[in-house]
Amino acid sequence: MKTGTLKQVLLITDGCSNQGEDPIAMAALAKEQGISINVIGVMEQDVIDDQGLKEIEGIALAGGGVSQVVYSQQLSQTVQMVTRKAMTQTLQGVVNKELQQILGGGAKTMEDLPPEKRGEIMEVVDELGETVQLEVLILVDTSASMTHKLPTVKEALLDLSLSLNARSGSNRFSVFVFPGKHKEVEKLLDWTPKLESLTTIFSKLKTGGITPTGPAIKEAMSYFQQKRSLRSLLSRDDEQYFEESI
Amino acid sequence: MMMNNTLKSLSNLSPGTTIRGKWYQKQYTIIKELGYGANGVVYLVRDSNRQAALKISDNPSSITSEVNVLKSFNKVQGSALGPSLLDVDDWEQQGKQHSFYVMEFIKGPDLLSFIQQKGSEWLGVLMLQLLADLEILHQNGWVFGDLKPENLLVTGPPARIRCIDVGGTTIKGRAIKEFTEFYDRGYWGLGSRKADERYDLFAVAMIIVNTSYPRRFNKTTGGLPQIMGMVKQKQELAKYETVINKALSGHYQTAGEMRRDVLSVLQPRKSGASSAQQAQAKSRVQVHKTRTGKHSSKPKKKSHFLETVFLIAAISMMYFFYLYSQVL
Ligand SMILES: Nc1ncnc2c1ncn2[C@@H]1O[C@H](COP(=O)(O)OP(=O)(O)O)[C@@H](O)[C@H]1O
Ligand SMILES: [Mg+2]
Repeated sequence: MKTGTLKQVLLITDGCSNQGEDPIAMAALAKEQGISINVIGVMEQDVIDDQGLKEIEGIALAGGGVSQVVYSQQLSQTVQMVTRKAMTQTLQGVVNKELQQILGGGAKTMEDLPPEKRGEIMEVVDELGETVQLEVLILVDTSASMTHKLPTVKEALLDLSLSLNARSGSNRFSVFVFPGKHKEVEKLLDWTPKLESLTTIFSKLKTGGITPTGPAIKEAMSYFQQKRSLRSLLSRDDEQYFEESI
Repeated sequence: MMMNNTLKSLSNLSPGTTIRGKWYQKQYTIIKELGYGANGVVYLVRDSNRQAALKISDNPSSITSEVNVLKSFNKVQGSALGPSLLDVDDWEQQGKQHSFYVMEFIKGPDLLSFIQQKGSEWLGVLMLQLLADLEILHQNGWVFGDLKPENLLVTGPPARIRCIDVGGTTIKGRAIKEFTEFYDRGYWGLGSRKADERYDLFAVAMIIVNTSYPRRFNKTTGGLPQIMGMVKQKQELAKYETVINKALSGHYQTAGEMRRDVLSVLQPRKSGASSAQQAQAKSRVQVHKTRTGKHSSKPKKKSHFLETVFLIAAISMMYFFYLYSQVL
């Protein structure tokens, strides 16, 4: 089965955007390009306000991803769970499409099949989840309110790489923060299979300023695109190997 | 973990609500909620006249995955890995569809409550049962994954540990699907999250530690030194120290190996024990494992006795012939 590479954005924020394009519209745009946007809302003791919650759920819904609000102590576990869930969801979508072709117009999704027929399909989804190539672009909100949550975010990201690197499929991560020093969004870490190098960069991070969530998502998309066109020029072999290996 | 909205709506179904399956029309009446986690809500239900546990979720994939595991477990003859699976269906409620499955209701407290009520001498016995089950589970190509006291219930009498919640159960060699930090070797920096036997055995060791630290503890310096430091502070853990250390450092390749060590902690050999006695102890393990409890140690004792008599007779005879030949 052909699935290509799974492209995910993992947005970690604690509240409302207040600058630039509507993040929900930007998430919808990303989804149109095959990138899913997942959102994790981090809280301290404070409660997230209704508007923040709506935005978090709205972005994930429009971006075809998963959202979850957590207290910062539970961040590590949540980050890996959301990423995993999002992968399954996307792969499920791919498999469902395939299913429609096999079954014709009748069945639309796995849930239209009787329960005993779902097992085998789920096995395929599980296997793809284990082997598919994954690209995760991590977008971290570094506005003032996030200051004391950043150490936990760092831990959670290292933990995520531990989880994903246990798969047999390959992973690529990149990390962006917003707002950046000079621009709305700033690249911290270029595509790499290892997130460990994050440790040193993260401790030097400065927080403060506005929350341009929409522009951040928009920038993230372009980064995927650039990379993709570059890759399709440079490494056809890679792509082929991947398709054969499924 | 905070629940999302759909899961919340599934978590306050009131007693008396009936859930009717969309595909097979079976009906279940809710008696009460048993618990919930990240993957769904579990209710005690009445199914015509018996009781059962029904797990319902807003995520059909997680239900299907768990059903796959339970089906595979139920095929393993003569063992009780996970609750037995009774039904799988969907429930349509106010235009929304939720997947659910119905399983055997496992009646009893979770591991920590049981030990609190009954005393710590039960810990060893229950760990032996758990390790025997894990060995079978591993032999069938699975790793349980999310092993923790909340997912271990003790039924009985006679007391018997049972694993529930197969949400983390993973095919050997793949990435662990679901875990809980305290019991996860990755969290402590003591290994990967690739599913292997040793992953579960690490969790078993942490469960033993957990019985002395019911509120768990967080990672500070991490690694083996931190955990073993905590172990040394509790006198009641002293006898398990070596077993814990070996399991945490990935020393045991199989659950059987760890089980043998736990057994020798619980029943230290007398210093002067003969090899026959040791063999006997071994054969008792074998008997327990194959669950043919009726043929217990008595006939064995007899046969060992006969063996010894025969051996002594044979040696005496040879010695006699030797002496005889010398005399001649
Ligand atoms: N078969 C069962 N018999 C009795 N209680 C059960 C059973 N299955 C689950 N429970 C109860 O429901 C709780 C949540 O179920 P679990 O399957 O662990 O959900 P989750 O995957 O969301 O953690 C368990 O901790 C346990 O107390
Ligand atoms: Mg559970």
